Amino acid sequence: MGYVIYTKDHEWLRVEDNLVTIGVTEFAQEQLGDVVFIELPEVGSELMAGDEAAVIESVKAAGEIVVPIDGVVAMVNEALIDEPDLLNSAPETEGWILQLTPIEAPEIADFMDAEQYQHYIQDSE
Amino acid sequence: MSESLGNKKTQFYDYHLAAGGKMVPFAGYLMPVQYPLGIMQEHLHTRDHAGLFDVSHMGQVVVRGPDAAIALETLMPLDLAALAINQQSYATFTSADGGILDDLIITRWAEDTFFLVVNAGCKEQDIAHLRAHLPHCEVNYLEHMSLIALQGLRAVEIMAELAPQTASLVFMQGCHMQIDDIKCYVTRSGYTGEDGFEISVSDDHALALADVLLAYDYCQWIGLGARDSLRLEAGLCLYGHDMDEHTSPVESAISWSISKSRRSGGEKSGGFLGADTILGHLANGATKKRVGFLVEGRAPVREGAEIADQQGNLVGVITSGGFGPTLQVPVAMGYVPTELSAVGTQLFAIVRGKPRSITVSKMPLVPQRYYRG
Repeated sequence: MGYVIYTKDHEWLRVEDNLVTIGVTEFAQEQLGDVVFIELPEVGSELMAGDEAAVIESVKAAGEIVVPIDGVVAMVNEALIDEPDLLNSAPETEGWILQLTPIEAPEIADFMDAEQYQHYIQDSE
Repeated sequence: MSESLGNKKTQFYDYHLAAGGKMVPFAGYLMPVQYPLGIMQEHLHTRDHAGLFDVSHMGQVVVRGPDAAIALETLMPLDLAALAINQQSYATFTSADGGILDDLIITRWAEDTFFLVVNAGCKEQDIAHLRAHLPHCEVNYLEHMSLIALQGLRAVEIMAELAPQTASLVFMQGCHMQIDDIKCYVTRSGYTGEDGFEISVSDDHALALADVLLAYDYCQWIGLGARDSLRLEAGLCLYGHDMDEHTSPVESAISWSISKSRRSGGEKSGGFLGADTILGHLANGATKKRVGFLVEGRAPVREGAEIADQQGNLVGVITSGGFGPTLQVPVAMGYVPTELSAVGTQLFAIVRGKPRSITVSKMPLVPQRYYRG
């Protein structure tokens, strides 16, 4: 069974078998405002932790999705091309951004679980 | 106005918080950038219904003196002597170099009295500029007045009910008025491209006035984010971005704001700061010009992006850009060489290192709907 972990950049990672799905949290989408465009990476591109994988443009500003782990892009959410607002309406489900085949499984200690993440956003508000 | 962490608050601060406004520092004030509706919906709500904007951060200044019109004409290329009482005009404070120190709306309140609304970020310097150049005029900063803008298709419905005389004002006309026994000065103006009103009211009565307006269910607070996208679609300049001390009114594509009588050959030609440069630009053309752009695709092109021509030469820069909620495409403004400023010219904006197709487009991008009678 998979599990979900969170980053300080307000991204979520769902880790299942040998695949990590990445998206932004509800908190992040509220901060971004109305999303109008998403630039997605090429499937097959190799990313290192810290690389910019995608760009999210909202009416307010541009924000980057930085991958927190090394991996190869296995799939991107092409539905976002025509419906970028999925990222506002369903950021943690249908509005996922990309899937990575990780080089190694994420080190859970480097991330937050749901409860820790809730504390984290409460503290940052 | 009270101070908090160096940023001032307008009278409406608690109202913005109560309405869920996200407050950000802007020109020394904590102002609402958006409400829970979000910029996109706030923008559309304004165009289709009625939006209420707190613009109390802007500077309200009264200039009075027996020769106020003539004195003010030395600072702006306008024919103020010809401006009727309760009539207003868009204007620029020009610099000695022919640039723009600020843009403003000036209204004649009386034969010897003018009411100026200037940008928040420039107001201190504007007041100092007025005092330095107009020693024989009284320059009075209306520190205890609030300013709100009621904008959009249905703004007039509200005003027609509350203050019927204001509904017959035409664009750029004003009058003193009582709304629910609250004294205010109402003008048919705004900066959204829509029909609408700006209302100057004393701080003491500002909240009561907002209550009266917000009692209409189709009237909602709108934040600075939507104000920016509305004015951008309407082709209106934002000072400090789309024009500044390094751009003349001609380069800024607001030559229409220079009165005929102040131009070469007019009966009051010149006589304002920077006249030689500005009239020179009018006569001989300027080398650069502000234009509007429609952007291909959906990714916004933002302020600071460089503009390249078909050969890849960098020829200009984007000064305002974002997503146009009414048009549902990205929109922008920027400066290009005059020879590349014709409508339809295909250029590129460099976004994250990649060229994106942009087309010089007729401004306003969304037709203005001012009420002209």
